[in-house]
Amino acid sequence: MKNIFKHKTLQKFVSILITYAAIQGLITVGIIDDYWQATLATICINIILAVSLNLITGFTGQFSLGHAGFMSIGAYVCAIITISNPTTVGFIGGIIAGAIAAALVGAIVGLPTLRLRGDYLAIATLGMAEIIKIIFLNMEITNGAAGLQGIPQFVNWTWMFVFTVGTVVIIANFLKSSHGRACISIREDEIAAESMGVNTTKYKVISFTMGAFFAGIAGGIYASYFYFLKPDLFGFLKSVDVLVIVVLGGLGSISGSIIAAVLLAIISTFLQSFSEVRMIIYALLLIILMLFRPQGLMGSKEISLSVFKKIGLKSKRGKEEV
Amino acid sequence: MDNFLQQVINGISLGSIYALIALGYTMVYGIIKLINFAHCDVYMLGAYIGYFCMTSLKLGVFPSLVIAMLACTIIGVLIEKIAYKPLRNATRIAVLITAIGVSLFIEYGTMRFVTANVRAYPPMTGWLAERFKIGNMTITAQQILIVASTIVLVALLQFIVKKTKMGKAMRAVSLDKDAAELMGINVNSTISFTFALGSALAGAAGVLVGIYYNSIDPLMGVIPGLKAFVAAVFGGIGIIPGAMIGGYFIGTVEVFVSGYGNSLYKDAVVFAILIIILIVKPAGLLGKNTKEKV
Repeated sequence: MKNIFKHKTLQKFVSILITYAAIQGLITVGIIDDYWQATLATICINIILAVSLNLITGFTGQFSLGHAGFMSIGAYVCAIITISNPTTVGFIGGIIAGAIAAALVGAIVGLPTLRLRGDYLAIATLGMAEIIKIIFLNMEITNGAAGLQGIPQFVNWTWMFVFTVGTVVIIANFLKSSHGRACISIREDEIAAESMGVNTTKYKVISFTMGAFFAGIAGGIYASYFYFLKPDLFGFLKSVDVLVIVVLGGLGSISGSIIAAVLLAIISTFLQSFSEVRMIIYALLLIILMLFRPQGLMGSKEISLSVFKKIGLKSKRGKEEV
Repeated sequence: MDNFLQQVINGISLGSIYALIALGYTMVYGIIKLINFAHCDVYMLGAYIGYFCMTSLKLGVFPSLVIAMLACTIIGVLIEKIAYKPLRNATRIAVLITAIGVSLFIEYGTMRFVTANVRAYPPMTGWLAERFKIGNMTITAQQILIVASTIVLVALLQFIVKKTKMGKAMRAVSLDKDAAELMGINVNSTISFTFALGSALAGAAGVLVGIYYNSIDPLMGVIPGLKAFVAAVFGGIGIIPGAMIGGYFIGTVEVFVSGYGNSLYKDAVVFAILIIILIVKPAGLLGKNTKEKV
């Protein structure tokens, strides 16, 4: 508990608070209107998704294409619980239940499939996400292809901020622990890690389950903020969306994922009405990035000062453009 | 019983399409260990090229088929040269992400040009509109066309791979790229040739699907592409007969699930098969397990 008062930790804590207060202030004054608040929600959801996928793909080196599947589990569980119990308790319970459900599915899917390597794992996770989507399409309780409507909206800026910062802090601290180091060693060289006594299967499943858990949280926030769900929202394209963020930011860089999430959310807000052009730009971004800078914007480096100050700066810059 | 045989016939027709696409996946994977996500979009482009040959140029089915195959060959080689060749020594993940990028680019680029609307293939006339009745079963001339074209193309492919010098080079490169290069094989042109062959088959599959199902759209390749990949994995990726077996198996399973069960679950069953195969026998039906060396 002592190190909470260390200089750096305190600095981080204060900058988190300042970011929160600054944006809350702008919302109260009305500079961030509803339209940009939706972008803010997208940014937060994408940060959670990207950081959790980065844990799986960037840090542990397991290529997953099924992140949207986990997100959809969290979203539907949270939506169904809040519809039947529209109170704050129901909402919190829904998000946690959704995250746990996603983590459970992640563990169940991860245990057998994480024996596979590289592209096989990618295809297996892609198949899993498709299966989840088809199950939701055919279930009674999810209202099939028509989707769930009128989910009570509980998420506001405070909740989004708490969950986003929580996710980032937990994953960043996990990576600094011995468990996190074990995960990184698997990415670097699986055989070497195994011969050094790292239980690779265990750590792969842990990181996969954790990633799924936080994807579930992102799904819950999505359901509660946008109050409309349908299975098509969580298709292959959503997984690719998250992957683009992770790759653009840099595989193995949490701050990179955050920057990329903010950047891409702002770009796509401007391109809202041209969805085809947006996808073409995404596609070109992926190709050009892989050809000329395969390590992404940040590589595996982190911004050392304060990640959260950066978020504040970015979103302020976004506002000035309006 | 008649219903069962009818389903078998439908399954074989659908399976032929999957087999044609799966061959492209399997050959490319065999030679550069890449899941070519863009392959399913070459198939989509084939369908569109065939469509424009038949409607704008008023060509017959066979000339359209040949033109679509030629055009897809060129597209496939271009994709390889522009997007994959500079990444020959990059990590597998980087190439895979590029492949996803190329795939999205083709899909949405096409959408920009031809709009996202579903288009209907021109109705078939002459002998292609015929239906043959055997007992209570119906075989359409289109199904015969699909199966016959598949057999001819696969026989041709088998001839190229087994009997020609280029085929020998392909097999050598897929076995050991460095050793093949040392033996004087031009690895780059061999890889391009592999892409050319696979894309031609995908183009043919596109036109045949257009004729069979009568409707095409820019995202038509995504799900069949994934299923064809499942077929390739099922048979053992990198193995040409494996892709054929896988294609026919997946096609038949799909038709049976929608015929006897719930058609909404047909995709889920295919992906479940994939996951089971990957867990039980990752090398596929005809594949051999290779030990990993440090």
